[in-house]
Amino acid sequence: MAAINRDDVAHLARLAHIEMSAEELDRMAGELAVIVDSVKSVSEAAGDDVPATSHPIPLNNVFREDVVGHTFTAEQALSGAPDSFEGRFKVPAILDED
Amino acid sequence: MSTDAILSFEEAMEKYDPVLGFEVHVELNTKTKMFSSAPNVFGDEPNTNVNEVDLGMPGVLPVLNKTAVESSIKIGLALNCKIAEYCRFARKNYFYPDTPKNFQTSQYDEPIAYDGYLDIELSDGTVFRVEIERAHMEEDAGKLTHMGGATGRIQGADYSLVDYNRSGVPLVEIVTKPIEGAGSRAPELAKAYVAAVREIVKNLGVSDAKMERGNVRCDANVSLRPHGRERFGIRSETKNVNSLRAVEHAVRYEIQRHAAVLDSGQPVIQETRHWHEDTRTTTSGRAKSDADDYRYFPEPDLVPVLASREWVEELRATLPEPPAARRKRLQADWGYSDLEFRDVVNAGVMDSIEETIAAGASASVARKWWMGEIVGRAKTADVDPSELGVTSETIVELNKLVESGKINNKMASQVLDGVLAGEGTPAEIVEKRGLAVVSDDGPLLEAIDAALAAQPDVAEKIRGGKLQAIGAIVGGVMKATRGQADAARVRELILERLGVEG
Repeated sequence: MAAINRDDVAHLARLAHIEMSAEELDRMAGELAVIVDSVKSVSEAAGDDVPATSHPIPLNNVFREDVVGHTFTAEQALSGAPDSFEGRFKVPAILDED
Repeated sequence: MSTDAILSFEEAMEKYDPVLGFEVHVELNTKTKMFSSAPNVFGDEPNTNVNEVDLGMPGVLPVLNKTAVESSIKIGLALNCKIAEYCRFARKNYFYPDTPKNFQTSQYDEPIAYDGYLDIELSDGTVFRVEIERAHMEEDAGKLTHMGGATGRIQGADYSLVDYNRSGVPLVEIVTKPIEGAGSRAPELAKAYVAAVREIVKNLGVSDAKMERGNVRCDANVSLRPHGRERFGIRSETKNVNSLRAVEHAVRYEIQRHAAVLDSGQPVIQETRHWHEDTRTTTSGRAKSDADDYRYFPEPDLVPVLASREWVEELRATLPEPPAARRKRLQADWGYSDLEFRDVVNAGVMDSIEETIAAGASASVARKWWMGEIVGRAKTADVDPSELGVTSETIVELNKLVESGKINNKMASQVLDGVLAGEGTPAEIVEKRGLAVVSDDGPLLEAIDAALAAQPDVAEKIRGGKLQAIGAIVGGVMKATRGQADAARVRELILERLGVEG
């Protein structure tokens, strides 16, 4: 059984900006452990002769030529924004300026 | 804002040994973005150089810009790096409105270039080797403008405005290995290293390399350790260091600050620091925490990049002359002495002089203007000479005015002041300020007669053949005409007046 404890879940929830109740943290700790174990079975199927892959299709070097294509107008870009001001997206102030 | 204690640089150097590290971000000057076909252009109206990929809309797919990959390989080669035969992109996950996707597409454990070095020549000719850890491809983030609070222009407002034009602009991040052994030359080395990187990418033609536009941005890592100790101290990472002078100042300041912290018996806090050009100090950003847990994972929407050796060699064959070799050639072309050339390089005006010569000035004229007039003004204004706002065209025009005898050197200097004050072109300023050399002999003769009458003994000496005494009369005339006379013509007229052969 994979070792996913409640603190791990709370940490992940915070990184993912997901608010979770105490009960949810408890329940998810158990469920995530099962999920991780299930995914782990893939490594049993793949032997040492199978290289790790991040992509199911054996493709590489899919490139685009450096030619300008379409753009949105500022109005189009902002059309789905909850709030905007002077052609820019307006977002709540974030103190961390990194 | 609280002010941190600092030690003098000398005392810090006596007690501690600095270790540096740099992350330099270079914006590529491709026509389009890294993963979208939207234009990569600086300074346009906000949110007009974007499409669905740059805005991170659901279901969109990035497609890699081939030119950006080639530029990245060229940078790697110019930094003497190995080029990865196989590499991938990765997602760097974080929540901040500068990326609408909530991740930045970057490279993690498979950079396209790694294990390089750059030999940096310091001002006295010492060569210092900086080892390059890696250079990887990634995308730039959008630009945030923080509004409200004490500094914003909208009172009481408390929000940020986001422009995604910069979002997705191709970046290459160049990371050094820890740089040891620089000692008291650390600040100078820092500046010289960033200058060398900027010079290389500009020379390659892969970046506009304008630091004032953020094309080249430096994060400077500084740590101190007692002399003789091998283990590194705890480092700080100073961001927003966006001019060469600022790099030097920031490293120097952080060394002084760390030394004071260590002297007080406290540990240095590992944190981000923000550089403030106005006060030349840093302030605490945020401590490194698990907010830095970026949960990198391979980007599933992009396939691997395979750089065949043939492709790499093709690109290597296109590399231009390296900057160090170029310097040797330019010095020979321009006929400057070693000392003259080193002064030019150290003053940071070599490129400016090259441009000025290309615009039509001679090598000596270009040097006279940049070294004689512009460097000093830049120092007074506290900016880099190339950022003062003098164009090659202005210099060529000023020089023509001088050579045609319209104005003298002293006036040309005043005209340059006028250009910098935004009064117009040199010709317009000559007109507006009434600076033309007095060439009508009438007023000159009046002034000469007055000067001779005022100094009869000098006049007598000149009549007696002591021509070196003429300077006093010429000086009197120049003073009377407020410098607007042509000194050579004044000398001729004085000799004529006194009936002496020149």
